[in-house]
Amino acid sequence: MQPQIRRVGIGLVVAFLAVFLQLNYVQILAAERIADNNANVRSLLQEYAIKRGDIITVDGEPVAVSEPTTGRLKYRRTYPGGELYGHITGFYSILYGTSRIEASYDDQLLGESGVITMQDVQDRFLGSGLKGDDVRLTVHSQLQEVAREALGSDRGAVVALDPKTGDVRAMWSNPSYDPTPLASHDGDVAREYRKSLDPNSIDSPLVGRATSRSYPPGSTFKIVTASAALESGKYDPQSTFPDPQALDLPLTDDTLTNFSNTACTGTDEIDLFTAVTVSCDTTFAILGLDIPEEVQAAAEGYGFNAPIPFDVSTEASQVPPVPDDEEPLRAFAGIGQGNVAATPLQMALVAAGVANGGEVPRPRLVKEVISPSGEIVDSFPPETIGSPLSSANASALTDMMVSAVADPSGTGGAAQIPGVAVAGKTGTAQTVEGTNPHTWFICFAPADDPQLAVAVIVENGGTFGSEATGGAVAAPIAKAVLDADRAIQGW
Amino acid sequence: MQATSRRNSELRLLFMALIVGTGALALVAVARDFESLGLAAPLIGAVAVCYIGATIFLRKVARLADPLILPLAAILNVMGLAAVYRLDPDQYGPTQVIWTGVGIACFVVVLIVVRDYTLLSRFKYILGFVGVGLLMIPATPLGTEINGAQLWIKVGAFSFQPGEIAKLCLVIFLAAYLAERKELLAIASSRLAGFHVPDLKHFGPLLVMWGISLAVMFYEKDLGSSLLFFSIFLVMLYIATARLVYVAFGLLLFFAGAFVGYTVFSHVRVRVITWLDVFDPRYIQDEGYQLAQSLFALATGGLFGTGLGQGRPDIIPAAETDFIFSVLGEELGLMGTAAILICFMLLVARGLRIAMNARTDFGQLLAAGLTAIFGIQAIIILAGVTRLLPLTGITLPFMSYGGSSLLSNFILIALLVRISHQTSETPAPAETAEILIGGRG
Repeated sequence: MQPQIRRVGIGLVVAFLAVFLQLNYVQILAAERIADNNANVRSLLQEYAIKRGDIITVDGEPVAVSEPTTGRLKYRRTYPGGELYGHITGFYSILYGTSRIEASYDDQLLGESGVITMQDVQDRFLGSGLKGDDVRLTVHSQLQEVAREALGSDRGAVVALDPKTGDVRAMWSNPSYDPTPLASHDGDVAREYRKSLDPNSIDSPLVGRATSRSYPPGSTFKIVTASAALESGKYDPQSTFPDPQALDLPLTDDTLTNFSNTACTGTDEIDLFTAVTVSCDTTFAILGLDIPEEVQAAAEGYGFNAPIPFDVSTEASQVPPVPDDEEPLRAFAGIGQGNVAATPLQMALVAAGVANGGEVPRPRLVKEVISPSGEIVDSFPPETIGSPLSSANASALTDMMVSAVADPSGTGGAAQIPGVAVAGKTGTAQTVEGTNPHTWFICFAPADDPQLAVAVIVENGGTFGSEATGGAVAAPIAKAVLDADRAIQGW
Repeated sequence: MQATSRRNSELRLLFMALIVGTGALALVAVARDFESLGLAAPLIGAVAVCYIGATIFLRKVARLADPLILPLAAILNVMGLAAVYRLDPDQYGPTQVIWTGVGIACFVVVLIVVRDYTLLSRFKYILGFVGVGLLMIPATPLGTEINGAQLWIKVGAFSFQPGEIAKLCLVIFLAAYLAERKELLAIASSRLAGFHVPDLKHFGPLLVMWGISLAVMFYEKDLGSSLLFFSIFLVMLYIATARLVYVAFGLLLFFAGAFVGYTVFSHVRVRVITWLDVFDPRYIQDEGYQLAQSLFALATGGLFGTGLGQGRPDIIPAAETDFIFSVLGEELGLMGTAAILICFMLLVARGLRIAMNARTDFGQLLAAGLTAIFGIQAIIILAGVTRLLPLTGITLPFMSYGGSSLLSNFILIALLVRISHQTSETPAPAETAEILIGGRG
């Protein structure tokens, strides 16, 4: 029977070898692909065993913290600020992944930034559990709260930043959402809450309007057009323009009229300075037709036509080139209508660029990254993302914006602060026929030593409805934010 | 002289196995915390003492036995123990240590009681009936269903899987029956439908025994054991008769049975579907969950593994029994799983070597049958957890958690040790010199 036994032996060896080959396939060849499957919760368990770092405001208010649980996942993420910081921190969710700061600073929050401190070594050695780094925002909790209150129940956004450093001191979009239920370990809670947010609609509270939604900027865009005019060398603040009741548009029988349906001044002429002060549409329409390429270049200098480099993802604002056969659109572009679209963050950067002597700062949401032992392991020096105009021209433009607020004929009177020169520009942007205009205000103060640049949009005029203008609706909100920052920082 | 050197090499090998195995145990304890090491130390000591006691005992009762069997069983057993302890250091771990002790005790008792293995053939019918009886118990009201299969009987607080012991009884029966009638079975004396077939008179008892065992296991939804019994029957019939036509006929029957099973039983269909589409989102959280988790564990392990106690194999349901191999696969990687495969192959090779050298037909068939059932059982579950074949739940010999499985495997190697000792005791006939050279190395 030996031959048979030997053959059985060979058969068994072949079977073991087949298992061995299959093991090579599963453990080596296809290992990565197999282990990457969503149903493999290993990386999740590992990640949730780490005490993820806190996210705190610049004044030390915790806005995202990790709390120990008794479940299989060791820590749960909660957001003490509720919806106030939803669009800043983003969420850390099992089902929906991460977003915003939770996504862009994931490595640091998990302690995987590559900076190993003595504390890390100690933790590892003593097995006392891994901790991630804390992320300290540039946002100030009081200013953020003021921004929310000032906007109230109106849909829209407020962005306030330091024009010198780019530090975003407040960024609020309404409606917002509370990231805590999304971070729930109970999938049903997360699913239910997300469903209630209508996630597939462009109006969903999940969309951070400040960075991820663009609107026609209306007259606030005249600052960009004016920058192009000054930079072109063809115009200065005293350059005069015709002041018709209605501007004939090329290629068509259509005309472009001013907001009031009248001429801007009683005379036949208007200079650039006055045009900014009173927000004269025909003047900027003429500029739009005259120097379209310069307008586009200036806009790109402010950050248009590309996503703004930021700590969270942004939607690109648009100033598309207009072909010759659609020339009238150039007139509309000059006054921030037509094909032009901008995010509130972008318009805040326009104000900041003028405030900062023509240098547009890179906006920042994160001040520094702090290790569990309290060392600052990373911080971010100010950077510039564009130089759309010279400092002399910036200073000239500042004067015009101050006049727009301070002059009795100006549109931005509602933003006046006694004893402080506020530079600002209103915007009332036509949207789809039959809906109320979006109201804008961009500003900075003090004009001679800018501390804060603000952009405000109230969608469809908010409670003012069809009577809404940027001066009436948005300017008071911006003023409230300026006032609050002045009180906080003491400028 | 020769006996002493065999036992000395056994002792040396056993030391190596124990150093590796108890080292692994110590590591999984440390991976929790230093306190656990203190708790694990007495368990580690107890296991080492049991094995060393067993090899000393072999010097008395089976001094000429093959020196590799016990150390190979030891390394598999202690690595399995480390994995079980790693999964549950409070309950399963210590229990498995106790079962290891009981298993080694059974090993010793079998060697004392069975002084001459050839006497076992006298009890072939009794053992055959006992085997079938044991298989049937779980199907009676005494049985308990665990994890969808009715394989256990509960006596007080503890459950026992009689099938594990039944398989030994049936192999002994088959070996004895086939040794007695192998010539008769090999000769095709009758004609049936134009084919030469052996006399049904000789085949009858075999077919009856086999039919009952398969029917019972199908009833108990124990696919793994059904497959195991089916294969061992064919293998032993082939060894006895050298007639491949029986194997071919058996395979035909197997495929017919498999097809019927697939169409009739939903649990068979589920196994096949999840085997083909384990990562299909429709099954991955339900029917395919266990297999998918096993593959995740193995894939996470990669070449070197995560390190003992560093992975998350506890996610796999029933990790300590059917999926113990995947636990080690995650933490020791391909290096570890390949080493375990080699140990299984070596043990199978030594078992078959013992079979080839055995002096009696019964001895040859018994050793080959025991070795084959051990090897096939390992292959069925290894192929299952690696998705080479559809998964059929069955324990991995010496490694899975479970008393019945450990006991039956210790008895199995006790019989192999007894056969190899008796072979060496009897002088080899001159004409088998070739085997002698090969076998005594």
